[in-house]
Amino acid sequence: MTVHFPIVAASVSEWIARPFLPLVTAVPDSQLSALNAQLPPTLSFSLSTAAPSRADALLERFPLVLRDLLTGWLPEPLRWLLNSLLAIVAILAIFGLLFAFLTLAERKILGRIQNRPGPNRTPLPFTKLRFFGLAQPFADGVKALTKEDVIPLGADRVLHYLAPVALLAFSILTFAVIPFGRNLVPLELDAAVLYFFAAGAATELAVFMAGWASRNKYSLLAAMRALAQLISYELPLLLSFVPVILIAGSLSTTAIVAHQGGWHWGFIPNWHVLTPWGFAGFVIFMVAALAESNRSPFDLPEAESELIAGHLTEYSGFKYALFFMAEYFGMCALSGMAVTLFLGGWQAPLPFLEIIPSFVWFGLKLITLLLGFIWIRATFPRLRIDQLTRFAWKFLVPLALINLANTAVWSLTSGWTGPLQLLRWALSIAIVVVPFVLLGRKLSAGVAPRTYRYA
Amino acid sequence: MNLSPLQLCLLFSSALFCIGLIGVLARSNTILVLLGVELMLNAANLNFIAFWRYGPAPAPATGVIFVIFAIAVAAAEAAVGLALVIAVYRHQRNIRLQEANTLRG
Amino acid sequence: MIAFLLIALGTLGTAAVALSLRNLIHSALLLIASWAGIAAFYLWAGAEFVAFAQVLVYVGAVSMVVLFAVLLTRRSREDLAIARESIGRAIGALIVGGAVLGVLALAVISTPLATAPEASPPAATVHTLGLQLMGPHAAALLIVGLLLTVALLGAIVIASTDTPEKTKNTT
Repeated sequence: MTVHFPIVAASVSEWIARPFLPLVTAVPDSQLSALNAQLPPTLSFSLSTAAPSRADALLERFPLVLRDLLTGWLPEPLRWLLNSLLAIVAILAIFGLLFAFLTLAERKILGRIQNRPGPNRTPLPFTKLRFFGLAQPFADGVKALTKEDVIPLGADRVLHYLAPVALLAFSILTFAVIPFGRNLVPLELDAAVLYFFAAGAATELAVFMAGWASRNKYSLLAAMRALAQLISYELPLLLSFVPVILIAGSLSTTAIVAHQGGWHWGFIPNWHVLTPWGFAGFVIFMVAALAESNRSPFDLPEAESELIAGHLTEYSGFKYALFFMAEYFGMCALSGMAVTLFLGGWQAPLPFLEIIPSFVWFGLKLITLLLGFIWIRATFPRLRIDQLTRFAWKFLVPLALINLANTAVWSLTSGWTGPLQLLRWALSIAIVVVPFVLLGRKLSAGVAPRTYRYA
Repeated sequence: MNLSPLQLCLLFSSALFCIGLIGVLARSNTILVLLGVELMLNAANLNFIAFWRYGPAPAPATGVIFVIFAIAVAAAEAAVGLALVIAVYRHQRNIRLQEANTLRG
Repeated sequence: MIAFLLIALGTLGTAAVALSLRNLIHSALLLIASWAGIAAFYLWAGAEFVAFAQVLVYVGAVSMVVLFAVLLTRRSREDLAIARESIGRAIGALIVGGAVLGVLALAVISTPLATAPEASPPAATVHTLGLQLMGPHAAALLIVGLLLTVALLGAIVIASTDTPEKTKNTT
């Protein structure tokens, strides 16, 4: 960590200058490469991201400084407790706000895509300022809070109450291991990825509880369908990130992000998505994530235009809002995991853009993925249940398995250089593309594009 | 009485084992019997972890690996067992263990 | 140690209540809580990886199989009456279980178990676990993979209907 000290800290009072210098002067590349040359090659990636100076940059440290300002005066055990509490509060506040404005963004964007304005009439309180309906989420919140909480007569009251709470709790738990920035990992775990998916798996239970406790046969049937969908897509979801673990050699999210640091030829980031297996894994992961978070085109469990909201039929008021919130939190968490596993986490896409703090990059990537979710919702029609399960078992799972083998090949051929490297890429791309085409042909065999005849 | 942590863990797992055993012996619902067996398996796993953690000869990972395998086998057992329950239900329209005493289809 | 006692009480309590309830769904859900308690024990003991595996397998997967089985074999409430013989069986089971517990507890308490000094848990990071699984235990790993495949195929064969319904395949 001290390698950059002679460069960064001038003879000026070091304590004042150090935080500001990286803001103003990026370390010149020539010095960096000189430094890299002195180091063993295994270490070079950690230095080429200029980690020491960047990690100390003022903006980078800003959340930690803020935290220490609040809790620094406390004795050690209390401080630890309060720090954890602060992290929880920060996550809840940030993702709560993100949830609120994401619903607004979703409705606005859906509206624009469908050639209508979307919600635009809610004024700020006590004014007539509308600001494009920016206050809409809060109006929705008030509405949800003040609605009557209906519990069906024969319902299992405890489970009926417990289902939304459990769902929300488990989806919030998943945020604990996502590295939001260079210094911002709420919980460092050795088996972080496993933890993430263990907490995510528990949400299925909440769906079942909701369907069963409502004592409504349609709720129960829909819950079973939702479970079938969740279980089917759990498999490709889990299989699609195994290659990342294989290549990064770790289950820890921080290590996976660190493994994606550094640059190829000085400007192409080493993100996993930029390799053939990584790209395939990323696409499979995102498709499975769409299904896992019950989003269109896999929103059969809810299908608000056909079924009566599935397992949510008997929920109203704030409990329904909790379900809604949990769904968006789950979507955010899965997108955050996709960013971490495939899109380089908080790493900047270009070397000179590292001036912008890492958590901003994470947020930008996260929001891009979320907007993609919304775009997909507006574009694709809903699948049928048989198409849905067939797609998972006959297409995604085999592709994910083949992709795993592909990654093994990639890992075995990592020593190839020169023209052999081209062969390596061609081989890897072929292993991705050929099964995709073949399986896709098989999946859509006998299905021709629909022709429309106009009278 | 001064119990070491290892003994406490072992007592915990014995109690869990006995709860599973009582469930297996007392209930007539096949699913609950299977769940009792699962509890007994879990109690055995608890012992592995207890000895791994507090045992006299700490091997780096042997206990943990044993538990991982046990969990995998238990999952397979649960799947097969519950498939059997469904098959039995299809034959006799209930899942009372006492009535599943014929092997004729 | 207080954490351990809480975890143990929670696990044992939920397990005991689960196996004595008549509502199968409640039993299953309480048992899932009990499995989660066991995962908490693993976490307390420092076996992080096993704890998450336990949650993933039991709370995520086995629970679903159990709940599906319960729903697929559920009948209306016609078997509400408790037969006399089942009461007798329950008393017998309690006696046997209590006796086994007594013997086990006596054995545990009276045996002078050699324990390692209270130290931090042995370092079983994911890395060492992986190396162990792929090195000395590779054969077992392969066999478990085979076993799981065979077991799942067998489960599908057993549970599927004898004559597959002829459904028109429309996409």
